[in-house]
Order: sequence, then C-alpha cells, then structure tokens
Amino acid sequence: MSSSNFNWAVIDADPKFQALHRKKTFFLWGLMVFSIVYYFLLPIGAAYYKELFNTKVWGVVNFGLLFALSEFVVAWVIAFVYSKKANAQFDAMAQEIINDVNSGRI
Amino acid sequence: MSMLNKLMLSAVALGASGAAFAGNGAVADEFKWMTFTVFGVIIAITMAITFWAARSTHTTSEFYAAGRSVSGIQNGWAIAGDYLSAASFLGIAGLISLYGYDGFMYSVGWLVAYITVLLVIAEPCRNIGKYTMGDILAFRNDPKKTKTVAALSTITVSTFYLTAQMVGGGVLIKTLIGIDYEISVIGVGILMLAYVVFGGMKATTWVQITKAVLLVTASIILVFLVWSPYGFSLPDYLQAVVGDADVQKQVAKLLGDKAATMTPEELGQRFLEPGLFLKNPIDQISLGLALVLGTAGMPHILMRFFTVPTAQAARTSVIWAMGIIGGFYVLTLFLGTGAAMLVGPDKIASVDAGGNMAGPLLAQFLGGGENSLLGNFMLAFVAAVAFATIVAVVAGLVLAAASAMAHDIYVGVIRGDHATPKEQVVAARVASGIVGVIAITVGILAKGQNVAHLVALAFAVAASSNLPAVFLTLYWKKCNTTGIILGMIVGTVTAIGLVMISPNMTYPKAVIASANKVLNGEPAVPAKEAAPAVERSSFMCELFAMEGCVLAKPAQAASAEKPAKPGAAEKLAGLNAKLPTLEADLARAATPELKATIEADLAKAKKDIAAVEKAKAKAEGDLAKFEGQTTSIMGLEKPFFLLKNPGLISIPLGFLLVIFGSLFTRDKRAEEMWDELYVRQNTGINAEAASAH
Repeated sequence: MSSSNFNWAVIDADPKFQALHRKKTFFLWGLMVFSIVYYFLLPIGAAYYKELFNTKVWGVVNFGLLFALSEFVVAWVIAFVYSKKANAQFDAMAQEIINDVNSGRI
Repeated sequence: MSMLNKLMLSAVALGASGAAFAGNGAVADEFKWMTFTVFGVIIAITMAITFWAARSTHTTSEFYAAGRSVSGIQNGWAIAGDYLSAASFLGIAGLISLYGYDGFMYSVGWLVAYITVLLVIAEPCRNIGKYTMGDILAFRNDPKKTKTVAALSTITVSTFYLTAQMVGGGVLIKTLIGIDYEISVIGVGILMLAYVVFGGMKATTWVQITKAVLLVTASIILVFLVWSPYGFSLPDYLQAVVGDADVQKQVAKLLGDKAATMTPEELGQRFLEPGLFLKNPIDQISLGLALVLGTAGMPHILMRFFTVPTAQAARTSVIWAMGIIGGFYVLTLFLGTGAAMLVGPDKIASVDAGGNMAGPLLAQFLGGGENSLLGNFMLAFVAAVAFATIVAVVAGLVLAAASAMAHDIYVGVIRGDHATPKEQVVAARVASGIVGVIAITVGILAKGQNVAHLVALAFAVAASSNLPAVFLTLYWKKCNTTGIILGMIVGTVTAIGLVMISPNMTYPKAVIASANKVLNGEPAVPAKEAAPAVERSSFMCELFAMEGCVLAKPAQAASAEKPAKPGAAEKLAGLNAKLPTLEADLARAATPELKATIEADLAKAKKDIAAVEKAKAKAEGDLAKFEGQTTSIMGLEKPFFLLKNPGLISIPLGFLLVIFGSLFTRDKRAEEMWDELYVRQNTGINAEAASAH
C-alpha cells in the first residue's frame, strides 16, 4: 500500500496540514456531539417529559410532534453547515497542501 | 450476452405466469392482470438497465465500484434506494397508521444516522478505500488478519439483513398479490442475481436510483391526495385525523381499561402523543445508538462511497441522500396518519398484523377503492415499487457480501493479492452467484420464522464491530491489528449473544399461554385495590432478569372486577346462533331502512365469525407447533436480557476492546502507516482514481 514518492511524516508535520487537522477536528466533533445530544433528547423527552410533549401549541399539533419534526430540520441544517464549511474552507486548505506537495515545497 | 437475454425473458415470463399461482392477496383476481403488467414494465426497465450496464462492466473497479464514475447526486439517490428498504418504507408508514406518534419518532433515528456517515465516514473512506471495508482496515494493520475478520463481519451483517429482506419480501408479495412465498423468493433471487452478476455495481446503482425515484414519486402523489383536501394546513389535517372515529377506536383498543374514562377527543389526541408503541425508553436509546452508529458500519452503505470519483462527490452524495431519506420520512407521517384515517387501523391490521399494508391500502383507497380500476392500478403501482425495493436492497447486500468473499478472502488472503485482473472479475461474479444462491436457500428455509429481530441485529453488529474498528483505525494513532480483531470479534459475539437471550426470540411458554387464552378464554379477574408506585431495585434490573429484581411500576388506581372472557368455541357458538335470527329478521323486515340495518348486522356477524375462526386456527397451529416445548432455542423459559436491542451494551464493549487490545500490544506497521493514512484521508492524495470512461 505504501508509496515511497511522498514523505508522509513531513506532510503531516507541515503547519498547513496541522492547521487543517485542528480546524477539522474541532468542527467535526462539535457537530457530532451536538447532533447526538439533540437526537437523544427526543426519546428522553418522550419518556420523561410527557406533559411538555403533550402540550398543544398549534391547533392539535403538540410540542412533541414539532420537536420530532425539528429533528429533521436540525439534521438537514447540520448537513448544510458542514458542506458549506467543507466546500469553502477544508477543500481549499487541502488543495493548498496538495499543490505544495506536487510542486515540491513540502 | 445471449444468456442475459434468456434471463430477461424468463424473468418477464415469471411476472406474467405469476397469475397461474394467484391465490388471495390484497388485489382482487379480476385486477391481477394489471398488477402483473405494472410488475412486468418495471422488471423490463431494470433488465434494460442491466443489459446496458453489462456492456461496460469488465474490470474489478467496474464490477465493484462502477468505475468510480457515479456522480454525487446519482450516488445520493442510490444510497436512498439502498437504504429505504421495505421495512422502512412499508414498515414505518404501518407503525404510524397503528400507533401514531411513536411510529414517526421511530423514523427519526434512520435519518440522524447519516450525520455520522457524513461527518466521520464517507470522505475518509473514499480517500483511502478501494472496494471493501477490509481494504480500509488493512491499510495500516496486518492485511490478511484484518481482511479475514472484516470479511466475516461483512458476511454476517449482510446475511442477517438479507434473510430479513428475503423473508419480508416473500411475505409481502404473497400478501399483496397472492404469489406463493417460495416463488416470490426465487423470483426476487433470480432478478437480483441477473443485476449483480451481469451488471455489477453499475446495474445495481441504477436499479437503486430507479427504485428511489419511483418510491418518492409514488409517495408525493399519495401525500398530495391525502393532504390537499385540507388546503395543505398541518393543524387542519391532523384535526381531521384525531377526530376520526376509527383512529379513536384504535387508541381505545391500545389503552385498554385506561380508555374508559377518556372522551373521544382525548382518545384522538392521544394518537399524536408518545407511548402507544415504544414503552421502554432504555430500549429506545439502545436502538437509537445502534441506528446512529450502525448505519455508518453497514458494508453495503460503505461500499457506495467507493463508486464516486472524489471525496467531494462522496460528501455531495450524503447530503442528497439525507434530503431524500429525510423528506421521505416526513411524507410517511402523512401516509401513515392518512391510512389510519381513511382506511382504518382495524382493516390495515387485518390484512397484515404489523401494519405493512398501510401504504398500499391507502393507495387503493385514494384511487377509488377496492373495486375501482384506478384504485387497483395505484395499488399495483405501489406493490411494484415495493417489489423493486426488495430487489434493489437485496442486490446491494449481495454485492457487499460477494466483494468480501471474493476481494478480501479469495484475492487478499488466499491469493495474497496476486490474482490477475481477469481472475478477480471471475471471482467476483462467482462469489455473487454463491451469495445469491445462499440468499434464496436461506429465504426459503426461513419461511414462517420470526425474522423481525434480524434487521435490528444487523445494525447492532455493524455498530458494535464494524464502526469501532473503522472509526478508530481512521482517527486514533495507537489503534492496531490486535485491537481491531479483539474488538470486532467481541462486538459481534456480544451483539448476537444478547439478542439470542432477548425478548426477540420465541418463547414457547408465552406462545402456548396466549394460544390457550384465545381457545379457552380467560377467567374473571377480581376487583383490585389501588396500589402505590413501585421503584425499581437497580439499573441493572432494567437490563437483565436477575434474581430478586423488582421492576418499576406506576401507581395503580383501584379497578373493578373484570368478567371472564369466553374462549373461541364459545364465541363462535354465540355468533353462529345469532345468524338464523338475523336472517329470519331480514326476511320479515318491512322497510328498506330496517332491511339495510339488519343486512349490516349480518355482514358484521359474518366478519366477526371469520376473524374468530382465523384467530382460533392460528392458536391451534401455535399449540401444535410448540407442543411439549417449554424453552427457547437457547434453553430459556423467558428472556434473560430484557432489551430488544443489544446496542447499549455491545457498542461500548466493541469500542473498549479495540482500545484495550491496541494499548496492550505494539504494532510497528500500524504506527508507521499512521502519517500516510491521516494525510491521505484528509487530502485525497493518492486516492483511487476514476476509470477512464
């Protein structure tokens, strides 16, 4: 699998790669933790906060139903936020590293 | 290609000759020709796709990964087609139609799962993977050992999922159009084999795309018809749902005694509140974990990311998949509640106890009902989409299992990566054939078996074994071969072991007791005094049935004496005795109004007789089947593990053992390769390129 044309340890230690690594780690873990917490609020709320979930807020539509619908919206928003960030920032940072590698700067 | 032509003809002929086997299904006999025409058209389209795809499927990369030339949007539709199995498309609409809110809540986890896929799995896998999960694990670990374990796990997960799909598919087709179970299974198997063996990943991808488009189109049309009378207002529509007498009756039935003090409005509103189906929050969290982490470890989903040209395209494909899958589940809220309101939970459950027929019956109703041409056309269309769903999902699974067998085990382990390109393609096709034949055989052998737990089990194994291994090898420098092998084996064994002693299995004592209740009735229950709430003795008691455990119980109000319930024979005698009286009344009836009332009573009595007879036959069958047995196949009288899903225990255990195994051993190669793996997964340098055409 290994290809000797690249010195991976040098690329890994490059400040540009380290910057990409830090940004990505922080951003991805943040989104991941938020999405898991938000998801588990649904079964926990349905089981232990029945009164809140059963409160009617819009005609017969209760809080629980709106909260379940919000799970979909939140999942889509996370996907959108991630792809925006990745398309605008991570891809450009990775491309710079690739250019440096190809031109022999790293 | 002449063999492909023959197969095409025989598959279409199978669809057409199906009429010969027609028994009773949801479609009336006089409309069956239409069902078979719609089936034939859809089969012909997928066969044409296979024929076209087969012309450009020659190399291994083309066979396993469609030449890495599938676009992000196309792959998004294909993922949706791969994922929205009959269980999620018919099953969730069915759950909503019978249990309201809980069914909808259940659907949420299936979408949230894709956040894990998007954030941590899709792009790294595209950047460092080739064809299989084994390739990812072998990157920095011992290739032969990790490929063997990865292949075994892939084949295990795929087989569980495959068996559930084959059995579910066979039952579904029988219920819908009355084709014999065995013939349905063989038909699904032959079609799927034709797609996979000849067209490889390209044909499988396009069959999945076609199916996803058909499914979404059908759902949008149905939801439009259901929702438009209410001017697309959510509160107005749901107001009609909760005001429906059938819905209120269903809630009363589910609540039992508690319903006595509730007004019809309260009963209807209860349909939109949690707790009618999912009663154990810990079990739900366990299932939620398995879904959210298991989807990202499903081999047939992972494999889809090797078909796109770049990591960016992999990202686009998950975003599209999330839009389609999420949008579809929002539509099922309307399909399910619409079916509950228009068809009625009683009727849905009478065709299939699990509610799987809610969608198809709703289509029939909206088209004009049981005896209308349009109603039956719509039913036929939805049935054909369900059929396409099964073959598309099964094709994806077979391809994943076959790639593990041929690419990981044969090429990687047995031939030590020295197989010629031609040999690899032959191995891939032969392995697909083997997996396909196994799927058909297992499908037929498992007829009438309890397979519902197999889908949950597949996700639990994927989450407890595949995901910890893939995740930690991608993101943790110290992860190594020993850790991966230990974690994957323990994760798999724990997940399977816990399910074997869980409430999912069949426990003869309980089956016999409920059959006896049906046949012999129940004795009277004396009046009870109010009882205070009981606290559980410890958290572990929620998980395992241990000695001395006390389970939590809410406070009970005092209840009046309940009269004895009659057995089936007594009920039948009573109903049959009513018939002559009603018939005599009918003959004497003077006014047309009176006549109509009596006729309705008569019809109801006859329907009741049929229902009691059906229940009686089932109870007698159960008694005969389990006669003399007292324990489950594991030798238990009742479940020892109390959750239906093992994820809560097996997933953390899988992660922990990968970590322990890695910490206590050293693996030079795994450490040396870390820099390369980490740089490559983040930049895409040296990633497998798309093939030229």
